[in-house]
Amino acid sequence: MNTLKLIVEKEYANRVRKKTFILMTILMPFLFVALALLPLWLANLKDSGTKKIAVADYTGIYASEFQSNEEYNFELIHQNDTSGLMQQLGDELFAILTITDDLSKNPKAVSLISEKQAPMDLQSYIEKTLSAKVTEQRLEGLSASANVDQATISQVRKIVESKDDISLSTLKWSKSGSISETSTAVASIVGMIFTFLIYMFIMTYGSMVMQAVMEEKRSRIVEVMISSVKPVNLLVGKIIAIGLVGLTQLFIWGIMIGILMTFGSIAMGYSNGSMEIQAAQAAAMSGDFDPTTIMTMLASINWLEIFVNFIVYFIGGYVLYASIFAAIGSSVDNEQDTQQFMVPITLLLLFAFYAGFYSVNNPDGPLAFWCSFIPFTSPIVMMVRIPFGIPLWQNLLAIVILYGSFLLISMLAAKIYRVGILMYGKKPTIKEIMKWIRYK
Amino acid sequence: MFYLETHDIVKQYAEHLALDKVSIEVPRGTIFGLLGPNGAGKTTLIRIITRITAPDSGEVLIEGRPSKEEDIYKIGYLPEERGLYKKMKVGEQALYLAQLRGMTKEEAHRELTAWFRRFDIMDWYNRKVEELSKGMQQKVQFISTVIHNPDLLIFDEPFSGFDPLNAEIVKNEMLRLKDEGKTIILSTHNMESVEELCDNIALINKSRVVLHGNVYAIRNAYKQHIFRFRLVADDFDPVDTRFVVLSKQKYHEYLDVRLQALSNTEMSEIVKMVMNHYEVVSFEEELPTMNEVFIQTVKETEPEKTISYEYA
Repeated sequence: MNTLKLIVEKEYANRVRKKTFILMTILMPFLFVALALLPLWLANLKDSGTKKIAVADYTGIYASEFQSNEEYNFELIHQNDTSGLMQQLGDELFAILTITDDLSKNPKAVSLISEKQAPMDLQSYIEKTLSAKVTEQRLEGLSASANVDQATISQVRKIVESKDDISLSTLKWSKSGSISETSTAVASIVGMIFTFLIYMFIMTYGSMVMQAVMEEKRSRIVEVMISSVKPVNLLVGKIIAIGLVGLTQLFIWGIMIGILMTFGSIAMGYSNGSMEIQAAQAAAMSGDFDPTTIMTMLASINWLEIFVNFIVYFIGGYVLYASIFAAIGSSVDNEQDTQQFMVPITLLLLFAFYAGFYSVNNPDGPLAFWCSFIPFTSPIVMMVRIPFGIPLWQNLLAIVILYGSFLLISMLAAKIYRVGILMYGKKPTIKEIMKWIRYK
Repeated sequence: MFYLETHDIVKQYAEHLALDKVSIEVPRGTIFGLLGPNGAGKTTLIRIITRITAPDSGEVLIEGRPSKEEDIYKIGYLPEERGLYKKMKVGEQALYLAQLRGMTKEEAHRELTAWFRRFDIMDWYNRKVEELSKGMQQKVQFISTVIHNPDLLIFDEPFSGFDPLNAEIVKNEMLRLKDEGKTIILSTHNMESVEELCDNIALINKSRVVLHGNVYAIRNAYKQHIFRFRLVADDFDPVDTRFVVLSKQKYHEYLDVRLQALSNTEMSEIVKMVMNHYEVVSFEEELPTMNEVFIQTVKETEPEKTISYEYA
């Protein structure tokens, strides 16, 4: 036990003191915050210059509906000019809108030609304007046919114009009786962030364990070490130390990103702190949000539960994969030889990541359900599901399976490791490695 | 009293039998040579003694009782495949290894300073391992092996990578450790150092001990009855059926002659005969070198046979 403590201390100190670690730990949050805030900031910038759009309206009904603004300048042209206009596209002219027929009768008789892809906001503005006009046309057509009374028509018109948007508010009822407002979008985003984090950390730190094992084997220090330390202690010490390095980094990142996000968003004029930025992004993705409810939705997510689960699943997933990585690292002499063994593991991790990714759409579907019990996928998939809330028995069962299999796998890995680190020369086959497990 | 014994150790790897009923006995306070061609099983035997691997059958006794987990602290092992953490500082690393071998930090630091002084490498203490030459690293490794004052020392090819000067320093350190009462196992292909240092040896060939015992007894037993004379003469040409002349070589005013006695002729008879006819400056019986013993044994002994001589 004493030697294990020594190994953990030494391995941890050696890694945390490394310049690359310090640099990565400090720079990454800046990069992350920049990546998160830059698109928002850019989106806030107004496009410079007004885009000119030629409107060729053969019918003469719609052209007057288009209002020019700072961004788009709609200019009416006579119908016979269009052929010559094509040449001007991309220079002073941004796009040509052509309306060839009465849209209330022929809704497809409109087209927009531009050299560059027309922006979404332009498309939606045109669509909105035209459909409003078409609705009006149709209502007028209806009132023109004498057998409908004017009062009804004006009421219908009122109903159409008032545009009562229905926004579905999703509520979560917990066993304790409290009902809290939830947001699928916020839960999805929180889930995705943690899924990505856990995937990235398992991958990064798992392969760091492999590198470390290979380094010890290559530098021939390993036999010196295991003449005074049990191989399993050396392996366990390394896995613990590197896991702690990972948690240290995560912890520092969490604090730094929190602080930077707060400052960054204040600097950009979002005074409500970092969480709202994420929520704002969520809102941008999922439609309109009432900003005042965002905070309550974020508050509805049980951060403590997510955090505790993250740590539990991170440890389980990391140890599981790190043991496999260590077994691989111990079996080979050089980097090239790892490929053959790495591919299946990487695929497995990648599958877990995608399973997590797709589980966002249906966090209680069969894919998400079954993948949360397979130990190789559960740490990643569970992180998606937890923000949506899962039954306690599922969570406990997943944890028991995960920890049970990590004990089993790490025991097998230790047996392979013990033999592998002393084998130099020819790259072993899977069959040979399986035999190592049975060596005394 | 033997410090270390192994009894009928068997170790099987997949299709390869690495050790086949290997038994050796290492008397306390002696240097024991573990010899054998590459791949004979020496390293496997050492790994079993140091508890890195376990035997399939057979047992290791330390001071007459079966070896146990804590015994690894009584063993200092310098493996043939040895290295150091490249990025760590020399002193820090030696300290770490010493602590892993059960020393407290203070103890380790005190011993380390003494050893670094003795090897005159105090100024390396804060340098990174990757800055050191191979020979320098070897010294640090040697120190890490002996630092915790173990009773049993196992050196696998300790002289590789050392220049003659440093090899001499290491040899002297080994003899000094022996005088202190330590038991040493030396595995090497350098037969001269075996003659110089070892009291007893075991020669392992094809997973089995084929020859073991006291170095002098073995050399004596392998002697070819060859005698070397230095004579004051121009030529040596006697007609005698008791010996044959192997070589003659003029050396300034002397003549060096090597004779091999035939059948069971006594040494005194030959000496008498030569002295009757020539002026003898010196003579000696030529003992085979360990190199010759090694080659002859590995080439000629039948795989099933073990030749044993008394240990001393």
